[in-house]
Amino acid sequence: MADRQRFEGTHAIRAEGLRKTFGKTEALKGVDVSVPTGTVLGLLGPNGAGKTTTVRILTTLLRPDGGRAEVAGIDVFRDPERVRASIGLSGQYAAVDEILTGKENLVMFGQLYRLSKKAAVARADELLERFNLTDAANRSLKTYSGGMRRRLDLAGSLIVAPPVLFLDEPTTGLDPRSRNDMWAVIEDLVADGTTVLLTTQYLEEADRLADQIVVVDHGRIIAEGTADQLKAQLGGERLSISVPAGTNMDHAGNTLLAIARNGGGAELEVQVDANTHQLTVPFAAGSKGLAEAVRKLDAAGLEITDFSLRRPTLDEVFLTLTGHATEDDINGGANGAGKEIAA
Amino acid sequence: MSEQTLTVPTAPIVSPRSTALDLQPLRRGKLAAVLSDSIVLAHRSLLRVPRQLDWLIGVTVMPIMFLLLFRYIFGGTVQATMPPGVSAVNYLVVGIVVQGIVFGGMNTALGLATDAKEGLMDRFRSLPMTRMSVLLGRVLADLALTVFTTSITIMVGLLVGFRPTGNIIHWAAAIGIMLFTAFTMSWLGAAIGLWLKTIEAVNSIGFTLIFPITFISSAFIHPDFLPGWLQGFAKNQPFTLAVDSTRGLLTGYPDVGNKGWLAVGWLVGILIIVMPLSVWLFERRADA
Repeated sequence: MADRQRFEGTHAIRAEGLRKTFGKTEALKGVDVSVPTGTVLGLLGPNGAGKTTTVRILTTLLRPDGGRAEVAGIDVFRDPERVRASIGLSGQYAAVDEILTGKENLVMFGQLYRLSKKAAVARADELLERFNLTDAANRSLKTYSGGMRRRLDLAGSLIVAPPVLFLDEPTTGLDPRSRNDMWAVIEDLVADGTTVLLTTQYLEEADRLADQIVVVDHGRIIAEGTADQLKAQLGGERLSISVPAGTNMDHAGNTLLAIARNGGGAELEVQVDANTHQLTVPFAAGSKGLAEAVRKLDAAGLEITDFSLRRPTLDEVFLTLTGHATEDDINGGANGAGKEIAA
Repeated sequence: MSEQTLTVPTAPIVSPRSTALDLQPLRRGKLAAVLSDSIVLAHRSLLRVPRQLDWLIGVTVMPIMFLLLFRYIFGGTVQATMPPGVSAVNYLVVGIVVQGIVFGGMNTALGLATDAKEGLMDRFRSLPMTRMSVLLGRVLADLALTVFTTSITIMVGLLVGFRPTGNIIHWAAAIGIMLFTAFTMSWLGAAIGLWLKTIEAVNSIGFTLIFPITFISSAFIHPDFLPGWLQGFAKNQPFTLAVDSTRGLLTGYPDVGNKGWLAVGWLVGILIIVMPLSVWLFERRADA
């Protein structure tokens, strides 16, 4: 059976110098992206960084002001219709018909991919089963949970088993469990040979799924590499303590610095948030050094209301890479991205 | 929804590959593709109609409400303006029926604004389908809906004293004009919906623009009874021509004369502008 379009080239996605201006806002200032076939590229950045604009250009939804792009070996700007037949797009805002049933949605998408009615129905049944939605197939989407809706949206982008998949913030707004489910699904797709470009605001998501991570900010790429390379650049884990109001912050800061240096002379900086009375310092010793740290804080006579060891948040990634924090409020997952050990 | 349905088994079962199906697309010519895509999308729009009952009742009841209000509140007053032997009920019912058809065009505006809001527009754009059919499919579905609501309005009209006199040829011609009006207004609605973009803007600005056009006309009262400075517009605007030609065909008053042809001419002219305009607005949306 001729069941899957194959793409044999080395890079399923290749884009150079993408530029786009909306009115007076330069959304993209020359972005290069290349994704080896069969791998996952994570496009990481805060809201408004240019992630979605990049995806919209590569999926033919938006014409750039400059640059070149090829998806599955097809020129995106010269031959957008053929590109559309080779890609799947699953959006940040689940783009499915809320009033139709899950099955009606998939049959409609199948027919719009030019399958015969019969093939579209059979394909819809098949995908519903694979995404564990058979029981909900004939229910209106209004009754679906966020996770179910997102899975249906993803199923809709897999109708013709496209070799290249674009996922625009696939787990934004999902609860942790649905997020994990979605990650497992994406990993299966990749294991099967699909090339994926995904955008995310979550460091943890890029860490888990992406072979390569590209960090964008203000329409520009500010860092790229594997998750390990980026983490090395960021200096590992952070130790954070909160102290009661009225505590001498200098004393607390110096104590924390001494703990983090652990007798060495490393150049470290302690971040102090005077409003929340929170102090954060890079902490190379990791969880092994925690007991020692607690003891030293106690010996210094510091009263502690909160104590945690965690990986850098997206905010700290940006602070490190750009010298400025993300300008948009990143809610939920970004802050919860690290492992938290409460004392 | 049970928790179980959220669990994805550990074995990799979500291969996008189909085990048994041929996923090769059918090959179709450009025109056949536009038509088949449009029918798929029209079907989708019509599936939505009975599931949005509150909205469906709204669009069905509004013309009936207009009909009953004008029939019983202004009927007597309008009768006094009629030439001897002409029924004000006949006069008003046709005006309100055609007004309902014009308002029906706003369903297209609302539908497109809703699709844009729900993100479906982008989904459709990312599929290897003909883009024109996103608009044509919507227009065809709204045409079917308008046929449904208009039929009900006419039936209620018959119950409250509407007594058409036209023969079968008159009816055929009148239905042709009404259908063409509905089709044109739906394309105008498409342009308005794509221009205004949001449901809220369509509801406020869209209807504010359409409302006066249906009132400064022959729909409810003969334009001779309007203020002098409004008469020129009221007597010659396309909505008046559509109402008067339908009215003349169905009830014998006023004389149809060449009004039917003038109405069709206007509608063709409007269509020539709003169809390409809608397609242009639809394409342009993508870049903004």
